[in-house]
Amino acid sequence: MRISDMFTFSVFAAIGNRGRTALMLLAVSIGVASVVLLVSLGESARQYVSNQFSSLGSNLLIVLPGRSETVGGPPPLLGITPRDLTIDDAETLARIAVVRRFSPLVVGAAPVSHRQKEREVTILGASRDIFAIRRMEIGQGVIWPANDNRFQAVCVLGSKVKSELFGNDNALGQKIRIGDYRFQVIGVMRPKASSLGDDLADMAIIPIASAQALFDTSSLFRIVVEAESEAEIAKAKEAIIRTIRARHDGEDDITVITQDAILATFDKIFKAMTLTVAGIATISLIVAGIIIMNVMLVAVSSRRAEIGLLKALGAPKRQIVYLFLTEAGAISMAGALCGLGLGGSILRLLAWFLPQFPIFFAPWSSIVAFTVALSTGLLFGILPAQKAADLGAAYALSRR
Amino acid sequence: MIELLNIERVFLVGDEEVHALRQISFDVATGEYVAIMGSSGSGKSTLLNILGLLDRPDSGVYQLDSQRVSELDEDHLAEVRRHQIGFVFQFFHLIPRLTAFENVELPLTLAGVAPSLRKQKVTDALAAFGLRDRARHRPAQLSGGQRQRVAIARATIMEPKIILADEPTGNLDSSSGSEVINILEELNRLGITVIMVTHDHAIGARASRIIRMADGRIESDSRHR
Ligand SMILES: Nc1ncnc2c1ncn2[C@@H]1O[C@H](COP(=O)(O)OP(=O)(O)OP(=O)(O)O)[C@@H](O)[C@H]1O
Ligand SMILES: [Mg+2]
Repeated sequence: MRISDMFTFSVFAAIGNRGRTALMLLAVSIGVASVVLLVSLGESARQYVSNQFSSLGSNLLIVLPGRSETVGGPPPLLGITPRDLTIDDAETLARIAVVRRFSPLVVGAAPVSHRQKEREVTILGASRDIFAIRRMEIGQGVIWPANDNRFQAVCVLGSKVKSELFGNDNALGQKIRIGDYRFQVIGVMRPKASSLGDDLADMAIIPIASAQALFDTSSLFRIVVEAESEAEIAKAKEAIIRTIRARHDGEDDITVITQDAILATFDKIFKAMTLTVAGIATISLIVAGIIIMNVMLVAVSSRRAEIGLLKALGAPKRQIVYLFLTEAGAISMAGALCGLGLGGSILRLLAWFLPQFPIFFAPWSSIVAFTVALSTGLLFGILPAQKAADLGAAYALSRR
Repeated sequence: MIELLNIERVFLVGDEEVHALRQISFDVATGEYVAIMGSSGSGKSTLLNILGLLDRPDSGVYQLDSQRVSELDEDHLAEVRRHQIGFVFQFFHLIPRLTAFENVELPLTLAGVAPSLRKQKVTDALAAFGLRDRARHRPAQLSGGQRQRVAIARATIMEPKIILADEPTGNLDSSSGSEVINILEELNRLGITVIMVTHDHAIGARASRIIRMADGRIESDSRHR
């Protein structure tokens, strides 16, 4: 029998039994739709988080004082605290070729006031490169000049701090009080679109030396480093560890976290989640398969005479198996198409209701759903098909 | 062309053995026109099923064209059915969703014949059986006589050497019944071996040979004309 004839015969057999076929179609399409829906939502969430991360800047490494990666071994003896990171430590990183930019950071909280208004604000001490590293844009005014290793009484305000202190008034050139010092506002940051990057809206940023004076410390909270490229992150990490070790008498007393490592962890979690969810959704496809099996088993007994006829006309067993499998396969494929349509429509509807959450259709989910639908259809079609083929011809044709 | 020797067929119904065929032996030569008659339950259909390779005897030898078909595997049996045997049934066994044309075409389709050749053969066959203007009709839109003619067109489309008909007029009124018998006789005149089960004595009498069965045995085997 020609493949095209086999297909036509099976499809018309399916169409000839509307109720039965509709039931199988429904089962498969619900299964496929749920796979597509859940996988797409998982992928959207993953993409969302990864976008949020890259809005923090790219190719970042964070250098922390103290070694937190210790595996096993006795706990550090009392009284031994890790050596602090200093501005001089940070400065040496400039010599590493694969480091594009870096900024030492000091973080603290201090009361900030302007006229009668006072607020407790997070103060970030950094070099001017922090703006480039964190992709922060200045909305008004400027950043302080490059040389930050001396005290400068200037600050850049986050958009939220600015509006709380100044409302709609112009803040540029105004003096504010931070702790015991008076600073001049030279810039205001533009609010960020992404929420993860927007933590800086609630801060005031001042030169690193000024922050050290303000908080009366010589140590750094951490150093943020941007590598030249993604490929050079690992090299940069190694070079940073080597450089600092040389300065710290051969001791590895820092921790370097790479952004891609964090991202990779998140990515892994989300992928695992998506796969789990997809696996759960696949159960609905298996349920669909069981429905197909049962419906086709009923079909085999109600089409007994037809099967007997095919045998009488000289169709070998395997051809009858193929005919029933083609029918199961065709119904699964059609169901998968309906399911894709259904899932896609629901996604579109969700995207319309939740514009702030970027929902998109994950193409691979449709491939997975399609393959799984087809293979469950065929798998669960085997039993009925075999049963049809095994019917005795004389028995099948008799009206017994 | 057909040689049966000591064919036995026993059905198990619960714990009870039903001997549908006992010690059946006879030959049929090419071109014969045989009527099988006998009371209900005498084993006529069982015999016809074995002749048509739709069922296997429990013992005995069946030779078709000097080939021991009782020893062939299922696939070979299917092949013999496909090319050598045409079936006509009491209840027509047309596929309701297919048109008359498609029903007649089905054996060719199953055999993998090219569509253009199929179309030509089926068109000719429908015309030969006076069904040209019924090609697009489905079985439900046809009279009993027309349905049986479609079934005969289907049985002959592969140009078989044997036609096996199990009460082909059993579901027809007398005029469409005799129409169908005329067609079978015409096919027999063209050289096809026809073996037909019937309850109708008038129809049986038109055959050149009558095999009477009773209780799974051959009661008599008579030739005339
Ligand atoms: N598949 C089967 N299972 C059990 N018993 C069967 C089966 N087929 C036939 N029989 C029995 O075998 C005997 C012969 O049946 P068969 O159908 O050959 O009779 P028949 O001569 O064709 O009768 P009818 O004229 O009513 O069609 C009957 O007793 C019947 O009950
Ligand atoms: Mg019978």
